[in-house]
Amino acid sequence: MDKVIIRLQNIHIEFDDETIIENLNLDIKDKEFVTLLGPSGCGKTTTLRTIAGFVTPDRGDIIFDGVRINDLPPHKRQVNTIFQKYALFPHLNVYDNIAFGLRINKTPKEEINKKIHEILDIVNLKGYHKRSVDSLSGGQQQRVAIARALVNNPRVLLLDEPLGALDLKLRKDMQIELKRIQKQMGITFVYVTHDQEEALTMSDTVVVMKNGLIQQIGKPKDIYDEPANAFVADFIGESNILSGTMIRDFLVNFDDAEFVCVDKGFGENTPVDVVVRPEDIAICDPDKGAIKAVVKIVTFKGVHYEMIAQSKNYSWKIHSTQYQPEGSQIGMNIIPEYIHIMKKEAGTAN
Amino acid sequence: MKSRVIAVPYVIWSGIFIIVPTLFVGYFAFTDSNGTFTFENISKIGKYANVFGRSIVYAAVATVLCLIFGYLLAYFMAHLKEHQKSLCLVLLMLPMWINLVLRTQALQNILMDNGVINRLLGLLNIPSLKLLDTSFSVVLGLIYNYLPFMVLPIFTSLEKLDNKVIEAAQDLGANSVNVFTKITLPLSMPGVYSGIIMVFIPCLSTFVISEKLGGGKVYLIGNVINDMFNQNYNFNVGAAISLVMMLIMIITLVVFGFLDDETKEGIL
Amino acid sequence: MSKAFSRIYIFLVFFFLYAPILLLIFFSFNSSNSNVAFNGFSLRWYEELFHDEEILRALLNTLIVASLASVISTIIGTAAAIGLSNFKKWKKKAIMNITYIPVLNPDIITGISLLLLFVAFNIPGGFITVLIAHITFDIPYVILAITPRLRHVDSHLFEAAQDLGATPVNAFFKAVFPQLIPGIVSAFLMAFTLSIDDFVVTFFVRGNAFSTLSTVIYTITKRKIPLSINALCAIMLLCVLTVLIAVNIFDKRKSREEFK
Repeated sequence: MDKVIIRLQNIHIEFDDETIIENLNLDIKDKEFVTLLGPSGCGKTTTLRTIAGFVTPDRGDIIFDGVRINDLPPHKRQVNTIFQKYALFPHLNVYDNIAFGLRINKTPKEEINKKIHEILDIVNLKGYHKRSVDSLSGGQQQRVAIARALVNNPRVLLLDEPLGALDLKLRKDMQIELKRIQKQMGITFVYVTHDQEEALTMSDTVVVMKNGLIQQIGKPKDIYDEPANAFVADFIGESNILSGTMIRDFLVNFDDAEFVCVDKGFGENTPVDVVVRPEDIAICDPDKGAIKAVVKIVTFKGVHYEMIAQSKNYSWKIHSTQYQPEGSQIGMNIIPEYIHIMKKEAGTAN
Repeated sequence: MKSRVIAVPYVIWSGIFIIVPTLFVGYFAFTDSNGTFTFENISKIGKYANVFGRSIVYAAVATVLCLIFGYLLAYFMAHLKEHQKSLCLVLLMLPMWINLVLRTQALQNILMDNGVINRLLGLLNIPSLKLLDTSFSVVLGLIYNYLPFMVLPIFTSLEKLDNKVIEAAQDLGANSVNVFTKITLPLSMPGVYSGIIMVFIPCLSTFVISEKLGGGKVYLIGNVINDMFNQNYNFNVGAAISLVMMLIMIITLVVFGFLDDETKEGIL
Repeated sequence: MSKAFSRIYIFLVFFFLYAPILLLIFFSFNSSNSNVAFNGFSLRWYEELFHDEEILRALLNTLIVASLASVISTIIGTAAAIGLSNFKKWKKKAIMNITYIPVLNPDIITGISLLLLFVAFNIPGGFITVLIAHITFDIPYVILAITPRLRHVDSHLFEAAQDLGATPVNAFFKAVFPQLIPGIVSAFLMAFTLSIDDFVVTFFVRGNAFSTLSTVIYTITKRKIPLSINALCAIMLLCVLTVLIAVNIFDKRKSREEFK
């Protein structure tokens, strides 16, 4: 799991005078489940397509298993792609779709047969080999696309938002399926999505991207607990982000209150961004809280209540299993570990 | 909106002016000038068997040549940039809207013994060729008139090809030859069938092109029908021959997948 | 490399398609009556064209027939398309198959079958038979142009209009019809062009006295060929070009609007 199988080095891609990817450096380790996460237009799909060979970088190198493959056309690369809308061959049935890559490689007939029935088993589509593509549901087409790619035993599988077209329940089931298949076959997965919950659920490593630049790389829990900047904090999970002042190490002031925190190294009286997760706020009696606020809106979300509470300076989002009626006064407390301090980013709301 | 009765005028019209005339073709084919039932007309068709054969050959040759040159054109056009594509489409459709007689006349002028081609050859000191009134000129005329009819449906089906499917094939290891033979060509077949139908049938039934460019030396089944109806006024044999032509046409339609909805839509 | 080949090939094919016609038009400006030797620039053939009674009468006939036929066929065809969409499956299929007959039939068969009909009922060839023939082959194209558009019409608007108080007829004309207008316009234009352009069908049903532009061109080119025919070709090409460009611009503008 520590060997680097794909290295993207100083990748720079421009299109129509616009910079899509800016000086990207990324190491993908063998057998890892890596997710490229970010909003539309952040460059994650372009990065994926660069690995696949459908996009040529203006500068930089793509190194696969130690070999520079910039000039290798897509059909010669040892990666396979799962496309967003599956791109199944409409004129071929399930069997022939999956067999496509094997036949190009001149695999003998009996071996093809064996491999296809094995892979159909793995993706839970046993017995579907004669079906036509348009008779399948979205989820089934999805699995044919996966089978078609995996049957060729690629070193790396690239997945371009493959679950986007599925309904919620199916998506969640498929996330577990994909993770299981990845572990079972020991293949490196490079996964692209804009859904942060999906990224956190499935990945070994998450790469957060914005405007062609990598914002943070890390394990899901690390990114969630320690976002590197306001963008990541805002994009991953829900956050309250507001301006504050770092009085000195371990002490910060925000929303007219002073809090002990666990960050240091920001200097004295430095303006900073403060991030607090909604579920990390403890509600108490108004006189016992560091911040006083009035509950404006309460929504029942199933797992918890989501409350918007207006303090003197800020509209707080709170997740709690305790119900507080609209209009009531509450006090809020936050323990030091749950306060995240970040360098001030231009354009953060107060 | 949910009304059905507003379609009635058309139903009546189509009954009188589509179904009845078709039935009349059958009626005239199987009766003589007095109205009595007879097989005589059908037996007279035998005389024209070689004309039928010739027409089929000419139509087939023209269709195959249109297919080869037309598929190439459609393929290249489908790979152009958007604005170039629209320009080519307009240029392709324009000749279709010019009168058939004028188009054929234009070609005739070029092929004449002292026409532009022979004059150019003369400049290069090449002896003039007899280009007109030959099988060559008729086939050329057929291709000249009907090539766009082959290109358009093929172009449409190539356009509809999802580029992602091509990328998927490349992703799975297909080089450009593989992509063409395994993906592009099979998926463009509905367009090819449409094109074949839209070229073969008009070629088979032409009389203007064979008359103008064949000069009486190339006598096709369309000319026979024309003579029967406009000169000899032998409606009965004419109807019988038309019946056979309709039969050939139906066979062509069935063979090339008229029954397949995708091809049907492609024709339009 | 293959890009260059593709450009050259496309150019060659279009050259092949256009050279004869462009040459024809080139010689329309010839001062002498020759299709092979150019003797100097002149507009005499255009002048002769405008004085040629035979051609002018045929042109008038053509315009009248085409206009009438396209209007009538658009009305009947649009009504048919809407009505047919409500037919039961088998009836609809049967009638659609009948509708395909004039489309798929070679022109010559359409022509002679109508001729036989007129002969059987002793209807002499002339304006009426030509008009009937044109309507007959125009309607199917109108139906086939409008039917796919019907699928895209939002029938919820029809219901919404009634919900707000409109009678079904009113609701149709105010809510559904406007959506169909582009389809109706293009169907009308298609029918009109088909009628202007038609030769074979008209040729068989016209009888002896009635000529349209295409039949008159045929008769004239069978005799000695004056260059006024070339001039006619040039003008027709110009008209078609204008219409096609206009349609293209109209289409592009429409899709830009829809995109907004």
